[in-house]
Amino acid sequence: MSAQPKPRVGLFVTCLVDAIRPQIGFAALELLEKAGCEVEVPQVQTCCGQPALNSGNDRNAALLARQTIAAFEGYDYVVLPSGSCAATMVHGYPELLADDPDWTGRARAMAAKTHEITSFLHDVLGYVPQGVRLEASATYHDSCSGLRDLGVAEQPRALLSHVEGLNMRGLPGNDVCCGFGGAFCVKYPDISNAIVTEKAEAIEGTGADILLAGDLGCLMNMAGKLHRRGARTRCFHTIEVLAGRAGGPAIGEEAS
Amino acid sequence: MTARFKDRVAAALADPVLKLAIDRTTGNAERKRAAAVADFPQFGAARARGQAIKDHVIAHLDHYLEMFERNATARGTQVHWAADDAEARAIVTNICLAANARRVTRSKSMLGEEIGLPHALADAGIERVETDLAEHIIQLAGEHPSHIIWPAMHRTREQVAELFKTAHQPPPAAEDPATMVQSARRVLREKFLSADVGISGANFLIADTGATCTVTNEGNAELTTTPPRIHIVTAGIEKLVPSTAHAFALLRLLVRSATGGEMTQYTTFHAGPRRTGDADGPEEMHIVLVDNGRTKMLANEFRDMLRCIRCGACMNHCVVYRQIGGHAYGGTYPGPMGSVLTPVLDGLAISRDLPNACTMNGRCAEVCPVGIPLPTLLRAWRRRSWREGLEPAPVRAGIGLWAQFARRPRLYRLATRLGLRVLRLFGRSGWISRLPLARGWTDYRDMPRPAAKSFMDQYRAEQRARK
Repeated sequence: MSAQPKPRVGLFVTCLVDAIRPQIGFAALELLEKAGCEVEVPQVQTCCGQPALNSGNDRNAALLARQTIAAFEGYDYVVLPSGSCAATMVHGYPELLADDPDWTGRARAMAAKTHEITSFLHDVLGYVPQGVRLEASATYHDSCSGLRDLGVAEQPRALLSHVEGLNMRGLPGNDVCCGFGGAFCVKYPDISNAIVTEKAEAIEGTGADILLAGDLGCLMNMAGKLHRRGARTRCFHTIEVLAGRAGGPAIGEEAS
Repeated sequence: MTARFKDRVAAALADPVLKLAIDRTTGNAERKRAAAVADFPQFGAARARGQAIKDHVIAHLDHYLEMFERNATARGTQVHWAADDAEARAIVTNICLAANARRVTRSKSMLGEEIGLPHALADAGIERVETDLAEHIIQLAGEHPSHIIWPAMHRTREQVAELFKTAHQPPPAAEDPATMVQSARRVLREKFLSADVGISGANFLIADTGATCTVTNEGNAELTTTPPRIHIVTAGIEKLVPSTAHAFALLRLLVRSATGGEMTQYTTFHAGPRRTGDADGPEEMHIVLVDNGRTKMLANEFRDMLRCIRCGACMNHCVVYRQIGGHAYGGTYPGPMGSVLTPVLDGLAISRDLPNACTMNGRCAEVCPVGIPLPTLLRAWRRRSWREGLEPAPVRAGIGLWAQFARRPRLYRLATRLGLRVLRLFGRSGWISRLPLARGWTDYRDMPRPAAKSFMDQYRAEQRARK
C-alpha cells in the first residue's frame, strides 16, 4: 500500500450514457479504479444542464448546476466520460452562477477539479494502459467541446497508443464538428444531416474498422449516420477500448 | 425554425452547384489561412495585440471619434454622423444629388450593404456601378453578397461565364478566368472615368491623421476614389484605430485571416480632397460615420463583437455556413459573425434562428484574429430569445418538462426506466429507424436502441449484490 490515500473521484456518467450506453459508465469506473482511484457514483446526478444552458434557459440550467455542485463538491475530483458535459461544469457553471454570491465560489472550486476522463487519466493520474489488446484499425474524431474548451487532443491518442494491435488512422477533418450540437440536430435536422453526411464519408474513406470519440452524443450521431448509410464501421467511446471492452457489442449492436 | 429561414436553408441544401462553389472558396481559404498562420510564428502575439488595440479603442471610442473628426476636418474632409441606416442613406444620396451626380462608382463595402445604399441610390435615380469584380457579378445577377470577402462566392466560375456572355457587350471571347476578368475591366473602365461620385468603405479610420485606409486586391478602390469629383467614405464607427501603426498591426491579422496573404495588393490611405499641386484626387471628400446599433453594443453583452475586423475566417470555418452558404442567413452579414450582428441590425424576432442554427463547436472563435467569443455571444442571443418568449412553444415546454424531472433525481430514474421501455419498443436489432417524436433524428440517421437498464439501475443492483 502506498502511503498516499487514494484520490476520491465522483463519477458523473452523463444522462446519455446512463440511458443509452451504460457500458461507457462501467468502462469509466473500471479505468478509474485501475488507475488507483476510489470511485463513487452519487445518486443525485441526472443531467449537467447543458440542454437548458444551450437553449438560453439559464434559470433551469442554474438550478441543475447547484444540484450537481452540491452532490459532487465533496470529492477530490469530478470526472466525466464526456468533453461537452465536463466543459459545461468547467466553464458553464461558473458563468451561470457568477452573480450568485452563495454559489460563485463553489462553482469555481468545483470547476477547478472537474475533468474529462481521458485527460484526467493521462494528465492528472499519469495512467498508462497495460495489457490491452485490440487487433483492429481505428480512427478518432475530436469532439468539439472537449477539444476547444478543455484541450482534449493528445491525451486520448497517447492512451490509445498503448493498446497493442490497434492501428490508428488519421481522419481528414478530425477537428471539424460532426453536426450533432445537442438539440441542434433535431432543431435543424437538414443542416445537421448535411454535416454528418460529410463526416460519415470522411470516416468511411479512412477504411478503419472502428470509429472512436469521447462524447456519446457525437458518437450516436456519427454511428447512426454510418449505419443508415450501410457502412460497417463499428463505433465505441475511447474509454471502452482502453478498458478492453471493444470485444463486446459496438454502439447499435446488441449482445447476443 | 421560422418558415423563411427553413425555406432558404432547404433551397441552399438542394443546390449542388452552390455546394461546389462554397467548397471551392472556403476550402481554399481554410488551407491558405492555415499556411499563412503556420508561416507567422508570432500570430498568437499579434492576435493578442490586435485584440488589445480594438478593446482600447472601444473603451475610448468617444475620444478617438472626436480626434478623428478633428484631424479629418483639418485635412479638408467633411465629416458626417449617421445614427442609423436611414440617416446614412440620406446623407450619401443628398451629397450625390447636390452634386448633380448621374453616375456613381462604388468599391466593395459591406457597410454600404448594411445601410442599404445600393437601393437608396437606385431610388434617387442615380446610376450605380459596382467596380469590385465580385460586386460587378452580383450587380449583373441582381443579387446581394453571400460572403463578406468574396461576395459572389456562391457562383461558380462556370456560372459567371454564362452571366458575362449575356451581360457583357461584346461577350468575353473565352471562358477562362483571365479573359473574363479582361472583359469586366473593359466594361468597367469607361465607367470609372465618367463617374461623378466614388463611394468606398474603409477598413480602418485612423484617428491621429484623419485618414481612412482601404485594402483591396484589384485596384478598383483606387479608380473609384480618385477620378470622380467627389469621394464619399461610409464606415462603421468601430473601424477606428489610434494610429497608422495600429492599422498595420491589424492588417497583419486581417489579410492572413481573410485570404492567407501577407498583404493585399493595394493598401491605400485617403486623407482629404485634392490639395493645390496634387496630380489627382477628388475635389470633395466626405466621411459618413455610421452608428446603426454600435453604441448600443458598447453597453450590452455584445460589446466584444465591436472588435470584428470583417475577415470572414469565422464563416470559412463554420460547418453550417459551409452547408447553407451566405444567402440562407437572410441578413447583410452571414456566418457566425452575421448571426451575432443580424439580430442587432434586423431585430431578434425575425432572426432568432441564426443564433440557434449553430452547433457551438467553437471553431469560429478559434480562428477569429481578434479573439471574439462567438459561441458565447450566440448563446447570449439564445438567452435573450428565451427571456423575450421568442423560442417556440414546443421547445419551451419540452425543456421545461425535462427540467422538472432532471431536478428530481428519483422521479428522473423512474421516468428513465419508463422511457427506456417505451423507446426499446421502437427498436429492432440494436437500432431504431423511425421514432415519431424524434423524426428530425430518424429521418436521416438511425438511433442506437437504448439499454434495457440504465447505468444507475445496473450500478445500484451491483452495489447491492456486493454488500
